Amino acid sequence: MRASPSPASAGEGRGFLAADIEQAARLLAVDPLGLGGAVLRAPPGAARDAWLAVLRSALPHGTSWRRLPLGVPDSRLLGGLDLSATLAAGRPIAERGVLAEADGGILLAAMAERMETATAARICAVMDAGAVVMQRDGLSDRLPARFALVALDEGIAPEEVAPAALRARLAFHITLPDSVAAAASSAVSAAQDARTLLPHVTLNDDVAEALCAAAAALGVDDPRAALFALRAARAAAALDGRLTVSREDANLAARLVIAPRATRLPANEEDQPEPPPPEPPPPDSSAQNEDQPDRGPDERDLQEMLVAAARAALPAGLLEALQLRDAARKRNGAEGKAGARRDQAQRGRPVGTRAGQLRSGARLALVETLRNAAPWQPLRRRERPHGPPIQVRKEDIRLRRFRHKAGTTAIFVVDASGSAALHRLAEAKGAVEMLLADCYVRRDQVAVVAFRGQRAEVLLPPTPSLVRAKRSLAGLPGGGPTPLASGMEAAAAIAAESTRRGRTPLLVLLTDGRANIARDGTQGRPAAEADALAAAAPIRLAGIPSLLVDTAPRPHPFAKRVAEAMGARYLPLPAADSARLSGAVAAARPA
Amino acid sequence: MDAAGSQGRGAGRAAEVQDDAAAGPMRSRRAAKPVARPVFPFSAIVGQDEMKLALLIAAVDPALGGVLVFGDRGTGKSTTVRALAALLPPMKAVAGCSFACDPARPAQLCEACRAAPRRVAITVPVPVVDLPLGATEDRVTGALDIERALAEGVKAFEPGLLARAHRGFLYIDEVNLLEDHLVDLLLDVAASGENVVEREGISIRHPARFVLIGSGNPEEGELRPQLTDRFGLAVEVRTPQDLPTRIEVVKRRDSFDRDPKRFCAAWAKEEAATRKRLLAARRLLPKVRVPEAALEAATRLCLALGTDGLRGELTLMRAARALAALDGDREVTLDHLRRIASPALRHRLRRDPLDESVAATRVERALAEVLPA
Repeated sequence: MRASPSPASAGEGRGFLAADIEQAARLLAVDPLGLGGAVLRAPPGAARDAWLAVLRSALPHGTSWRRLPLGVPDSRLLGGLDLSATLAAGRPIAERGVLAEADGGILLAAMAERMETATAARICAVMDAGAVVMQRDGLSDRLPARFALVALDEGIAPEEVAPAALRARLAFHITLPDSVAAAASSAVSAAQDARTLLPHVTLNDDVAEALCAAAAALGVDDPRAALFALRAARAAAALDGRLTVSREDANLAARLVIAPRATRLPANEEDQPEPPPPEPPPPDSSAQNEDQPDRGPDERDLQEMLVAAARAALPAGLLEALQLRDAARKRNGAEGKAGARRDQAQRGRPVGTRAGQLRSGARLALVETLRNAAPWQPLRRRERPHGPPIQVRKEDIRLRRFRHKAGTTAIFVVDASGSAALHRLAEAKGAVEMLLADCYVRRDQVAVVAFRGQRAEVLLPPTPSLVRAKRSLAGLPGGGPTPLASGMEAAAAIAAESTRRGRTPLLVLLTDGRANIARDGTQGRPAAEADALAAAAPIRLAGIPSLLVDTAPRPHPFAKRVAEAMGARYLPLPAADSARLSGAVAAARPA
Repeated sequence: MDAAGSQGRGAGRAAEVQDDAAAGPMRSRRAAKPVARPVFPFSAIVGQDEMKLALLIAAVDPALGGVLVFGDRGTGKSTTVRALAALLPPMKAVAGCSFACDPARPAQLCEACRAAPRRVAITVPVPVVDLPLGATEDRVTGALDIERALAEGVKAFEPGLLARAHRGFLYIDEVNLLEDHLVDLLLDVAASGENVVEREGISIRHPARFVLIGSGNPEEGELRPQLTDRFGLAVEVRTPQDLPTRIEVVKRRDSFDRDPKRFCAAWAKEEAATRKRLLAARRLLPKVRVPEAALEAATRLCLALGTDGLRGELTLMRAARALAALDGDREVTLDHLRRIASPALRHRLRRDPLDESVAATRVERALAEVLPA
């Protein structure tokens, strides 16, 4: 056992971490490969350093630590041909990537909340295989890459999180407190013994079943979570020098592994209103408990205890966070649809290179092209001894790939009917103008749809021009009945079009919700309202982020129903408050 | 003579290329990489019957066009595909051939095998080749052997993953994240059954017929419709929602992780039975008849669903035949059609933005109308 001169015990101003959180670091040190790693959500600072120090002190001396920078290219992530070494040696020399270099150690992924889905997918494949399967630059190899990954997540907004595929492969999801209070952790010498003990630790079936049941009760679907919980429980027993998993170990595992993944509250909770579960809960989950007569009261007890433990560990405001996360997920999905198109962009952020022909508009990646040509130079010189000193052929050509961050098209749908105009069309216009200025700053495109009388009119197709947008609004007359459904349809059409163009639409509907003209132009409230709800469904299905601003002085429940039907955030704005409106739009705007 | 068809740059070089293609650096590479880690047994996978069935059907009838597995995280998508690899009975191949040519099918031999004076047949495992994300194009299609080009200044073709996958399976995990230019390339090869490489003035074409297996999670991005179409069967996987199944999933995986060898030994008998069923189905497949009634029902079903083109009907019939063969039946029945209709058709439906129901529900609805049980 080494007397660990850990940075943590070195002291100076290290903070105190909650016991559970600190224990997670030790558990990870006991079974780094089995537990996969952790998501450490915290700003850079003392708390994060303290946690990492606990992990470091509990790991075997000399365990390697590698940093995975954000936006690392495939050649560094997975490895490839080391060109300079290859040319010097006259034979192909492979360069190992960060993942292969991390073999046997810890990999720290910086700013994991901004990691690309594609990067995460590569890392996940490597974690699953325990090796880098390299098929790159003429090299074919399988390099061992068994590591634990600590994703340093510095996200602030709830939807800024590390990619889901990656989180699924990391046992612990830890949110560190902002400020830390007292003194540091002790060195862990028990970890070494625990690692030796771990393969012999047994876990009874009833504990395994109770952990699975606790996961199910909290809406944790991925079986990896339950597996991680079993492993965490074993590691906890080993750390305590025991050969059997106790209730306390299972309890800790439930708190550390299952609770952070909860997607719903346990079904029998009475002090909380039943949240709308993301997926319908198994209708027979309560029946199932009766289905298993072999399950003794003791076991039911254990399961309830685990659920309670996990429940207690749930952070406050869980549901709100979940809803935001769902919204973000939906948004990302919508972005994915446009992804293919955007990858063909000619500007934006460079994301590597690809083979291709040098056509007009394509941008040559000079260095990559020369890299590709380099190994073949001896061969080509032999063929064409009198050719140019560097012989580049068309198959060497590499083009820059860009990913254009999808711009937003903000579509304003303004109710210019008599009822709304009476209420405050001018104020609504003022608010929209303020928003326009906002959008201009963000380089968003803006479209304006107005509806009044019999139908909706696209006053302004998507444009980046602020002046035109303002002009179109200024000339907008008010009065007449409210063809709400037509307005929504026109907006949905623009939204679909901008999605096809690789932009992310954002729909802002300003109305008092007093629909009285049906789609076919006939009068009558019931038909108009039914049409409005029907027009709302496709908007929700398409996952278009939207906001309904109720401009009525006394908000009417129907506007709220429309908002729900279109999956929009509902913002009643009985008093003109452009600042609040602007804030709401900014919040609804895709990140 | 033209497996590596040099374009008239001198016979000597052409011979070089060809020798290499015949000797194949890849063979040794294949041999040098034994599967070190035991694979989770196919038969031990809990639930996910549709996915398992679709994969077995693809193994019975490779011409069906592969399988797309889309769905939730942690449903064992890639575990199941890798398990299938271990299950496949070995095949005969021409010794030394880079493309593992089938000695029993002289018409499909590569140029090198055709030119060879005699061919020795050996038994090799069916290749299940991974196309990892981040693979570069040269490794997918094959390219000149960089080592020989540098050291000897010689043009030798080094076959890529497509050559390695010939007569076997090409597996792409996270297929929806695959880069566009690789997707285009795959579509092209999958359609033609042939891989053409042009590089350094040599032009190589070789057979590349493989079963494409793709898996992914729709949350991470959708698949291009052209690629979706290309798969014969599409399966949607969901996390099991009932507790006993979940417990079983976790327990089996846990005991596999704790002691893989013992776990595999415990399942060896089931694996053998599944393999036997697969072999029997392959033998039976050419003898399975499709009665008029079944054909008609398949057509009516596709009409009711408005699937695009004839591919839906053809795939449905083929899949139903393979399913009948797996069941040991000599005739396709309406029940076979019912069981395989969803995977064969759900990815061929036209999108209807007003219909909220998932594709599977629409297929089921049409089934209830057209083929009431």
